[in-house]
Amino acid sequence: MKKVTIHIALKQGVLDPQGQTIQTSLHSLGFTEVEEVRTGKTVELFLEDSADIEARVHEMCDKLLANPVIEDYSLEVEEALRT
Amino acid sequence: MKFAVVVFPGSNCDRDMYHVVKDVLQEDAALVWHETGNLENYDAILLPGGFSYGDYLRSGAVAAASDMMSQVKKQAEQGKPVLGVCNGFQVLLEAGLLPGAMLPNKHLAFMCHQEPLEVTNNQTLFTTGYEQGEVVHFPIAHGEGNYYCDDETMAALQANNQIVFTYKQNPNGSAGDIAGIVNEQGNVLGMMPHPERASEAILGSDDGIRLFQSLIKNWRDAYAINV
Repeated sequence: MKKVTIHIALKQGVLDPQGQTIQTSLHSLGFTEVEEVRTGKTVELFLEDSADIEARVHEMCDKLLANPVIEDYSLEVEEALRT
Repeated sequence: MKFAVVVFPGSNCDRDMYHVVKDVLQEDAALVWHETGNLENYDAILLPGGFSYGDYLRSGAVAAASDMMSQVKKQAEQGKPVLGVCNGFQVLLEAGLLPGAMLPNKHLAFMCHQEPLEVTNNQTLFTTGYEQGEVVHFPIAHGEGNYYCDDETMAALQANNQIVFTYKQNPNGSAGDIAGIVNEQGNVLGMMPHPERASEAILGSDDGIRLFQSLIKNWRDAYAINV
C-alpha cells in the first residue's frame, strides 16, 4: 500500500483572494512581516502499489484533481502506514 | 422545440429553466436526470445553475467528469445548442467545452443581485434578439464567478468574437469583464448571470426571455432551411 500526497495550488500569477484575505488578517494580528499568502489543498490517496503508480496519479490529477488552467500540483509517494 | 434540462445532484435552478421554457415560452421541456437521461432526442441542452455535487473539489469539476457530460460533449460536437448558466457555465469550463476557468469572486463574497450587462455579440444563436451594445439586466448569484484565462486565450476569444456578455460594473473580478462566452462554433454558450431569472417582468426584468426566444427562432430558421 502506498500513500500519495498531492498538493494543489493556484498557479503563480493567478489571483488568490483567499490567500489575500488571510494575509490581511495576519497583518491585523501584527504579523506584518508576511509578504504573501498562497492557499491550496491537499489530497491524500491510499492505493495499491504498482509500477506505474506515479503515471496513474498524474493522470488522475490531469483529468480531475487539478485544473491545469489555474492550478499547479506536486505529489509525493511514500509507504502507507495505514492499518 | 424540445429542451433537455440536465439535473445533477445539487442543481437548484433546474426548475426555473424548465418553467421558462415550458410555461413562459410554451415549448417542450424535460428534466433529465444525469444518471439515466439520454440527450439524443432533444433539440437543445440546458445546464442549470446550482451546486452540482456540492461544488466539491472545484465548482463543476465532478459533474464535468460524469457520463452525462460525455453525452453533452457529443451532442455539442454535432452542433446542438448548449446553454450553461452559472454552475452550468462552471461545468462547461471544467469539461473543456469552453476555455478558461472560474476563481472565487475577487472579494470572496457570495453575490446575489441584478447586474447590468452589455451584449457584446448579438450575432450568436442566443443573442440575435438583442441590439449590439444593448445593456440588459440579469441577476447574478455566485461565489465563484471570477472568470480567468491566460492572455493567449483572451486574445483568441476577442479575435473570434466569442465574448457575448460583459459586465458594465465588473462585480467579481472577471478577466475582460467577461460574463458570458461562446465556443468557436457558436453553439455552446456559458454565462454566470441568470437569464432564466429575468424572464418575466414580475421578477424585475424580462431581458432574459429574448435569449431563449433568439435560440428558438434561430433553431427554427435553421431547421426550416434544412428541411
